[in-house]
Amino acid sequence: MDGNKKAFYFLFIPVALWLFILIILPHIDLFLSSFKPNSGEDVYTLENYSAFFADPIYWRTFINTASYAIGVTLLAFVVSFPIAFYLVKVISPKVSGFLMLLLLIPLWIGELVTIYGWVILLGEQGVINESLKFLGLIDHSLPLIYNNLSMTIGLLYMSMLFMIIPIMTTMESLDDAMIEAASDLGASKWTVFRRIVIPHAMPGIINGSIIVFMLVIGDYVAPNILGGKSSLWFTEQIYNQFLSTFNWNQGAAFGFLLLIISSATIWMALRLSGQKLDKVGD
Amino acid sequence: MKRKILLGAAALMMTSGVLMAQETLRLITWKGYVPAELKAKFEKETGIKLKITYSNNEEMIAKLRATRGGGFDLAQPSQDRISFVQKKFPIYQPIDYAKVNTAQLIPSMLEAVKKNSAVDGKGYAVPMCYGTTGLVVNKKEVEGKPDWSDLWNPKYAGKISYRLKRPLLIGAAFGMGKDPFALYGDKAAYQALIEEVTKKLIETKKMVKNYWTSGDTQKANMTNGGVAIESGWDGIGWQLHKANADIDFVAPKSGALGWIDTYAIPKKSKNIEGAYKFINFMLKPENAAVFTNKEGYGTASAGAEKFYKAEIKDNFARSFSKADIDNIKWHPPVPAGFEEIESKALERIKAAN
Repeated sequence: MDGNKKAFYFLFIPVALWLFILIILPHIDLFLSSFKPNSGEDVYTLENYSAFFADPIYWRTFINTASYAIGVTLLAFVVSFPIAFYLVKVISPKVSGFLMLLLLIPLWIGELVTIYGWVILLGEQGVINESLKFLGLIDHSLPLIYNNLSMTIGLLYMSMLFMIIPIMTTMESLDDAMIEAASDLGASKWTVFRRIVIPHAMPGIINGSIIVFMLVIGDYVAPNILGGKSSLWFTEQIYNQFLSTFNWNQGAAFGFLLLIISSATIWMALRLSGQKLDKVGD
Repeated sequence: MKRKILLGAAALMMTSGVLMAQETLRLITWKGYVPAELKAKFEKETGIKLKITYSNNEEMIAKLRATRGGGFDLAQPSQDRISFVQKKFPIYQPIDYAKVNTAQLIPSMLEAVKKNSAVDGKGYAVPMCYGTTGLVVNKKEVEGKPDWSDLWNPKYAGKISYRLKRPLLIGAAFGMGKDPFALYGDKAAYQALIEEVTKKLIETKKMVKNYWTSGDTQKANMTNGGVAIESGWDGIGWQLHKANADIDFVAPKSGALGWIDTYAIPKKSKNIEGAYKFINFMLKPENAAVFTNKEGYGTASAGAEKFYKAEIKDNFARSFSKADIDNIKWHPPVPAGFEEIESKALERIKAAN
């Protein structure tokens, strides 16, 4: 018993220290500095927060980013659900294990590299354009890159997995007998899907949606590398505050606004869809 | 609290310093500013090991600000981004010009940098190299001598590109017949001018193919991106010219924008002597020429020309007539608070449809 306790502290203390020194402390520091003016005066003010609402460029960009993130989340669901269903219910576990591995590989490589992979694929002289030209289907390169489409592809690609896995986990506990029973009672495929499969997978879908939404709204790499001349992302504005304007206080305030407003969006989405957050963990 | 974190970081750095017995020089610089050949030569001559971090102006300032001038022994900011930063967050120390081998520098450039980087009468930088921002064009499509205003010329609609950063706002203002540098003393007038430029660039945004973001994307635009005219750096334009003679760097009619990158010593530099050794080493004519021959940018080292390759001399002769050289608009030091105006303008342009 005593030895167990020692082992617990031995393992727990480094983690706690790590979290406290590298995550919690900087956040507190950032939070405090978000209430200080850039002039360096030692007073507290709300001006960094009010600046967000005062200038349409900031809140409009935020709304843009948030709507895009919602769109990408929906898309991720549409793409991921059939994949998750196929992996869990249709093919044998052996094959699905292998396919799962294929899904995980892009994650090992890192976001930056996979996004550059898309640059190579979609570029003006990229793999897709050159192949189409080689086949004689097009004369001039299609504008596949540096627009909202390529940005969406990049965002979807890097976040899809986080939708697939939670859905797979909940789907695994769905007894095949339920589906068979529903069919035996005369339900069409669509009804089975709508009344049995989706409700059962709901916690996974919510879970996945929250992760995907947060990942997308806070992403910096894909909008910057794959985005076009009009895809200004809110994270880029935070970056600009820190690096171009040297206004760290303003940047800190924007960072917290991103955290607060996106959390509020999730809370609202849960309320509207009649879901409860505590169910998600089930 | 912030101090505690910094102390912790400093303690870590010190222990790693003790572990490495060899003398080191930690340099934060731009990609390409220390050719491998010179790195090896410097390490052999002095026994000092170089540790290089690649960066750009904004990151350099942010990093040094976070450590209050620590973490690096030598930095390479542009000359116009030193004095206002130094006034606000003291991150550098004054240069002891007696320790710099000033005889091997171009005197006018040294004087200009000393003056532009000065805070309270003390200079904070030594010039290292210079270059210009102008236009890179494909001569098959662009005839005559272009100007900044050709970046919104309907003739090239769909074949235009630029980097959406502060030099573009400055260039565009010159293209509109204004002189933004003359307004550096008058914030309100400068803001009005930048608003005018912003309006112009938003109106003409539909003609722009893309905004390039790095030297690589700038090159790709010309080689296979279907771009006819773009804002660009001379060094990159000349590298493109080498591969395809139709493409070249051109000084715009209303003037190319001149920049000078420097050496500045961070406040908490741990190897000040090594830093001066490195500065003097890099600006030795034969060493400076190695850099220029490789990257194409001009050097502040006097007498390096005689070590230049023929194509380097050609580049300068082709792109800059005597009049063009006299017309180069050298970036004066950026006044405090201006970056805020520009940053907002750039965000507006990017967000517009």
